[in-house]
Amino acid sequence: MSYVTVKDLSRRFDVSKPWLNRVIERRKKAFLTAVDDVSFEIPEKGVYGLVGESGSGKSTIGRMLVGLLPPSEGSVQIGGIDPFDQHDPDAQAHLRSDVQMIFQDPYASLNPRWRVRDIIVEPVVARGGETRGLAEQLLEQVGLSAEDAAKFPHEFSGGQRQRICIARALSSRPKLIVCDEPTSALDVSVQAQVLNLMSDLREELGLTYLFISHDLTVVRHMCDRIGVLYLGRIVEEADSEQLFAAPKHPYTQMLLEVAPRIDEIGREVPEPVGEIPDPINRPPGCAYAQRCPIAQPICSSQRPEFRKLGGTSVACHFAD
Amino acid sequence: MSTSIGLRLRNALDSDFAYLFLRSPVAVLSAFVVIVLVLAAIFAPLISPQDPFNPIELNLMNGFTPPGTPNAFTGESFWLGTDDQGRDVFSTILHGMRISLFVGVSAVSFALLLGVTLGLLAGYVGGWTDTIIMRVADVQLTFPAILVAMLIFGIAKGITPVEYRDQMAIWVLILAIGLSDWVQFARVVRGATLVEKGREYVQAAQLIGRRPGAIMLRHILPNVLSPVLVIATISLALAIIAEATLSFLGVGAPPTQPSLGTLIRIGQGFLFSGEWWILLFPSLTLLALALSVNLLGDWLRDALNPRLK
Repeated sequence: MSYVTVKDLSRRFDVSKPWLNRVIERRKKAFLTAVDDVSFEIPEKGVYGLVGESGSGKSTIGRMLVGLLPPSEGSVQIGGIDPFDQHDPDAQAHLRSDVQMIFQDPYASLNPRWRVRDIIVEPVVARGGETRGLAEQLLEQVGLSAEDAAKFPHEFSGGQRQRICIARALSSRPKLIVCDEPTSALDVSVQAQVLNLMSDLREELGLTYLFISHDLTVVRHMCDRIGVLYLGRIVEEADSEQLFAAPKHPYTQMLLEVAPRIDEIGREVPEPVGEIPDPINRPPGCAYAQRCPIAQPICSSQRPEFRKLGGTSVACHFAD
Repeated sequence: MSTSIGLRLRNALDSDFAYLFLRSPVAVLSAFVVIVLVLAAIFAPLISPQDPFNPIELNLMNGFTPPGTPNAFTGESFWLGTDDQGRDVFSTILHGMRISLFVGVSAVSFALLLGVTLGLLAGYVGGWTDTIIMRVADVQLTFPAILVAMLIFGIAKGITPVEYRDQMAIWVLILAIGLSDWVQFARVVRGATLVEKGREYVQAAQLIGRRPGAIMLRHILPNVLSPVLVIATISLALAIIAEATLSFLGVGAPPTQPSLGTLIRIGQGFLFSGEWWILLFPSLTLLALALSVNLLGDWLRDALNPRLK
């Protein structure tokens, strides 16, 4: 039974010019499609990874999951509850404490004028819960000391701040944590510590993660199942081991090919050709067709549907 | 408890802020002048040699006594001389400063409250709320502040009954200056709010279901206050001058509650008949007050701006 079900999720942003400009220049409204028809499921206590380049829509999916951004189409179900269903305020309130998020920039995600104690217990205070000793206990759980509760965020390093963010995310006893590139602002040595902490907490507390990243090694280390995003669409989805052992989609193959490897420093890599197409005027067929080495005429006219290939789902006409 | 206060005091004296302050002679001097003038205004009834509004204490024979010389009839001597009614100019200045400062501080507080609230709303809510608030602000900015103040003053005076006019004058003055001054608070707060709104700590508060009001007050407001402090200080100097200007033009504080501006207006009538002190001393006081508050504001702006350190 899956805990999170995302079905046919789409999100468009209105990027039109102001009304008067449109009238004068005789232009139509313009929409940017950030997420297009995305479906996936996360089992309870599972870790699902979303990888993709900048602008592929991974953060937008994360923000729709936690309720910060309403979807244009499709639905999200978390534990059987739709975060955008306004009819049941009790279920909504419940969901608010079940879902938490860890952000990318630990320097912007803590209010600089608040003490660490107040930052950590805010999700509980918002629900009117008991907070005595909670901040101190959580700080020790994430590897900081109880005395840190009285300090301000500027007294901590990036890695320590990210631990404070994790403590805040844990305070309302959530079931699902959406991690939006939680380590990409940290030093490599600190990244490993934070990732290990997150793995330990998952086992200890039985958490479910949606892990968003552009870093394949990080995702490989953390996730059970991975979805590869390209221009707002999932092009390949597979279990972690399988994706890295036998990538099916040409885009995934290219990503794995160009990823830096520690055992082959200085190797020559064929440079990826082309750019991500304009998300305002999407090409009709496969979005990757212009850059794809095995593309045929059909690729730029017909959109490839998801196909099952063993344990892998792939959206490509020619993958095998 | 006392140790923690002592510790806080020592920390405050150790801070960068105190260091920068003590290193700037202009800041120290203007702070000194402001403190002396404010204390003098607060304790005016205790310090001033006579109560200039109590006719029993006045002696018409003392009229037009020059500063520092004994009066020809009564033999009484006044530091800064007396006006035509025999009022001690020093006492009227102390009491006038009280009214000037009261109007200035109240008007700035009113403008700050209004401007910060509207700026937060415009920046955080956005959309039509933002458009309406900022367009009103833009329109108001195209008129000189003193003109707006006079307009509001005129309307308010028109709708208050005659018998209350003198009592209400001070409050109308505060309202008029405050309403002409909220725009710069709103603009600065709106800009800073737009920056803070995009930060992730605001999203963290949104996703746990904090209401917009709580996010604006508890999360964003503390982070946009330091530019507000600078504007408030500079606005205070401007508000004191605006009040003096209105009173000088005869639409401000009534002669029964003379502010510095009213005193200057009264004094200028005697300039050509040789009683220069009735005009000069209130003017110098106004100059000292406005200048030192302004210099303090300037210094504060530099000290709070991390790019200038």
